[in-house]
Amino acid sequence: MNRFTFQRAASVDMAVAALEASPRAHVIAGGSNLLDLIKSNVETPETLVDISRIAALAAISGTAEGGLHIGAMVTNAALARDERVIARFPLLSDAILAGATPQLRNAATAGGNLNQRTRCYYFYDTATPCNKREPGTGCPAIDGRNRIHAILGTSLHCIATHPSDMCVALAALGAIVHASGPDGERTILIGDYHRLPGDTPHLDNTLQAGEVVTGITLPAASQIFGSHYTYLKLRDRLSYAFALVSVAAAVDLDGGTIRQARIALGGVAHKPWRRDEAEALLVGKPAQEDTFAKAADALLAGAQGFEHNRFKIELARRAITRAMAQAVAGTPQTSTDKRIAQGHHHAHQ
Amino acid sequence: MLTNDLHVGSPRNRIDGPAKVTGQATYAAEFAAPELTHGYIVGSSIAKGTIADIDASAAEAVPGVIKVFTHENRPRTAWFSSSYADQLGPPGKPFRPLYDEAVLYSGQPIALVVASSFEIARHAASLVRITYEADEHQTDLEAARHDSYDPPSKRFGMAPPSARGNDAKAFGEAAHRVSQEYAIAAEYHNPMEPHATTVVWHDDETITVHDKTQGVLNSQAYVASVFGLSKKSVRVISPFVGGGFGSGLRPQHQLFLAVMASLELKRSVRVELSRAQMFSHVHRPETVNILSLGADKDGRLTSVQHHAVAATSQFEDHQEVVTSWSGLLYKVPNASFQHDLAKLDIYTPGDMRAPGAPLGMFALESAMDELAIAANLDPLELRLRNHVDVDQNTGKMLTSKELLACYAQGAERFGWSRRNPAPGSMRDGSELIGWGMASGVWEAYMFKTSARVDLMPDGKLEISCATSDIGTGTYTILAQIGADALGLRMEDVTVKLGDSSLPEAPVQGGSWTAASAGAAVAEACETLAGKLLAAAGKLPGNPFAKAGRDDVAFSGGRLILVADPSKAVPLADIVAAGGDSPIHAEETVKPSLLKYLRYSSFAHSAVFAEVRVDEQLGVIRVTRIVSAVAGGRILNPKTARSQIIGGVVWGIGMALHEEAMTDHNLGRIMNRSLAEYHVPVNADIHDIDVIFVDETDEKVSPLGVKGLGEIGLVGTAAAIANAVHHATGKRIRSLPITIDKLMD
Repeated sequence: MNRFTFQRAASVDMAVAALEASPRAHVIAGGSNLLDLIKSNVETPETLVDISRIAALAAISGTAEGGLHIGAMVTNAALARDERVIARFPLLSDAILAGATPQLRNAATAGGNLNQRTRCYYFYDTATPCNKREPGTGCPAIDGRNRIHAILGTSLHCIATHPSDMCVALAALGAIVHASGPDGERTILIGDYHRLPGDTPHLDNTLQAGEVVTGITLPAASQIFGSHYTYLKLRDRLSYAFALVSVAAAVDLDGGTIRQARIALGGVAHKPWRRDEAEALLVGKPAQEDTFAKAADALLAGAQGFEHNRFKIELARRAITRAMAQAVAGTPQTSTDKRIAQGHHHAHQ
Repeated sequence: MLTNDLHVGSPRNRIDGPAKVTGQATYAAEFAAPELTHGYIVGSSIAKGTIADIDASAAEAVPGVIKVFTHENRPRTAWFSSSYADQLGPPGKPFRPLYDEAVLYSGQPIALVVASSFEIARHAASLVRITYEADEHQTDLEAARHDSYDPPSKRFGMAPPSARGNDAKAFGEAAHRVSQEYAIAAEYHNPMEPHATTVVWHDDETITVHDKTQGVLNSQAYVASVFGLSKKSVRVISPFVGGGFGSGLRPQHQLFLAVMASLELKRSVRVELSRAQMFSHVHRPETVNILSLGADKDGRLTSVQHHAVAATSQFEDHQEVVTSWSGLLYKVPNASFQHDLAKLDIYTPGDMRAPGAPLGMFALESAMDELAIAANLDPLELRLRNHVDVDQNTGKMLTSKELLACYAQGAERFGWSRRNPAPGSMRDGSELIGWGMASGVWEAYMFKTSARVDLMPDGKLEISCATSDIGTGTYTILAQIGADALGLRMEDVTVKLGDSSLPEAPVQGGSWTAASAGAAVAEACETLAGKLLAAAGKLPGNPFAKAGRDDVAFSGGRLILVADPSKAVPLADIVAAGGDSPIHAEETVKPSLLKYLRYSSFAHSAVFAEVRVDEQLGVIRVTRIVSAVAGGRILNPKTARSQIIGGVVWGIGMALHEEAMTDHNLGRIMNRSLAEYHVPVNADIHDIDVIFVDETDEKVSPLGVKGLGEIGLVGTAAAIANAVHHATGKRIRSLPITIDKLMD
């Protein structure tokens, strides 16, 4: 951990100004990921700009069009336990509660969760090469210990995954990210927010220099997924571990027929993994296993495993099928009961 | 009445519990010292090679940095590697930190940055630039095992038993045969408290060393030997240890570095390891077992061949007892054993909770489960048919073996008789239910130990012994023993441990402390009792004038005449009659050579496990464990139960979670954090039921104690693996059993 100056921003404008003033300034909110990165010398900020005291970013409020706006500084705990979120976007609540620990969720913020960095072992170890940490040095994970790494959207330069649970639910719900920067405010669709590694794996997202995430909007239209949804997370122990594979599934049913569906995967790519063409295969189809399997195949098309993570392809296929069954049955996976809910193979409504 | 409510045998709370949960217990990195400086270690990034250059200029330029120690500027220490030996080291040349330019393993300490604060030292450490000339390394046991060898020098007590009968012939003729490989990943101890040493420098050039250690005398002797100091000038103190599990048996490199810096700078120095740095030293060796069982048509064993190949470092031949159990636990006339080592470019492995036993027993008890299926026998019935009551490896008698009671009571509690033997036959919705069992065994040791007891003028007892309490409950059981011996309340007994100035004790490990230190305290108390009776002679009108030791008793804080309990004197009055100073006694107990020549002693267990496995997704839940233990006399059922529960949790971790993942291209462990090196969390732990069967054993140790630190772990991983097979029909022979292994 290097020496840095610490500034507390009283407003978003002050935070943006502070970021502009120093190219090595870094925003800090809950610090639950950033402090680890600084202690590991992965991040070496000159200035930390604390935005956690900006009251305007700490609220959850209704939007004019009937959705919910979540301030960037709302903690993960507050977000998961918010009655409006539980009532209208329960998938988001469940996904957040599937991650981390109560202590971490009390500290971590919505904006910070969005911007958390990969858990790739090599990224954290400054004694090893890593294209994400030091562009051009190489990716030892590709031929190394890649059990936790990506199977979709990888590049020759990086096979890291995005570790968030929250973001997988946001992807399924079609959330909108709000950012403020030197050129004013703008919105970014969640699907466009995180990036694939390509040949610029050091970039996790499309946030521009000097921009600060101010909030996330959950669109009113996604409330149709309030009763048939699940967040199914598979991992190496039953709590406090990052996903090997996770599935956010949400369906809107018309009797036994799928009117609309969303499937997003975590733990398999550099960003939450969604494909419109996979979801399109479900529209108007009976809510049953063979339908789910076709969607799973489409969602996983082109998946490429490495020495230690090939199992993820089949695991993801089975997890998608199970998650869809849970969602259709209206029996979402809870994070308190570690038994994987069975779901039903056919919809009953 | 003379009867005390005895503390020994009764559940008692930990006497050190309040201090620990209120933060009053002080650990190695928490001791204060004036003008304390802080050292931070720079570890190597390569696994093998030489240091070509160290540029510490940027680090030295950081304000607050006092000195950067490297092999180029370190103070002179002992020349010969033998001076770095410790009580538990295996054959070989002990590692010498900052000795020369050779890099022997990834993470090896290359430099120590000492600064005025921890934060400055850690930052400056990141600025030390090291240039290496790397050599080709080997960290892959699978590749290196083909060059494995029978270690020419055996570590004391670790040589496999001699072969007996004709195992090859018997195996060839067996009606049922099992021959498989069983592997266990390298595990790291990961005690909650990372290793740390605070060296307090005194103006008279002596040092007080607060070390995270399971043996203050081992650390003291090491420091004295390496730095050429007299033991008088080195006092090692370690009253509390935040988990040891074997990681604190041998001196670790932070002890060397902290003492080196303190002696050179003539200042107090603290060196503490980060969690990642905890993966740069001792660990349980990655081990492969090649195990073959032969049995007759009724399932009676005719042969066992147990060949283990374990990883070790390039500089020491670490050995542990892996194979012996296979010739010991069940009746088998033909047997052979082999324990080979494969050298890797890693730090020397070491003892970790029940060293060797869960490795070998995972193989034996998995193979027994496979044999049960081959012979179409219930796994428990197979074990009953092969029960034996002598130590076939040595021909000695056993002091006791209540394993049959463990089987019976454990099976009853678990409901084993309701098991449908067919794999995959028990189901609850999408989950397959599996029931598995295994036996456990661990040698019962006792070692030479001294203890001192002081009866204070206020009638309270103080017990002193150099042994540590690594969290097992040693403070508490010693207080129970002392309180019973002199008829005192627990709160009138204080216990001082973990100080090299106290009476000698061996390192705390191997489950021998309760038997050894417990006996020493009991013996010292008995001597003290005699002294108190004698001292009572100074009382006016001594009511015990004609009484011998058997004529008096200690109860309620008083000495009492048995024949006339109205004749009773508070112990405080007896001490006062002799003046103001305490009355003390010190005794040393040793194991009986005669007993050793005739008898072997082991603790045993029967472990029953229920797992529920999601059929499609491979998610495993260990929903029930019953561990029935024959551990001799149970001094404190509460702390004893905690010991077994802790061992079972370790077994769940070994079965499902723990694995150090080495990148063999880099020769480096990559999951060096508790986020990525998985141990069980609360959600992984369900019902754990502990049974202590009655086992009276007057020969094993003076108190009839066998020790409980290891036995809870030994059979657990095998029982879980067997349950997974029963649930799924999939036999996983390499631990940990992770989702991917059930996907195939």
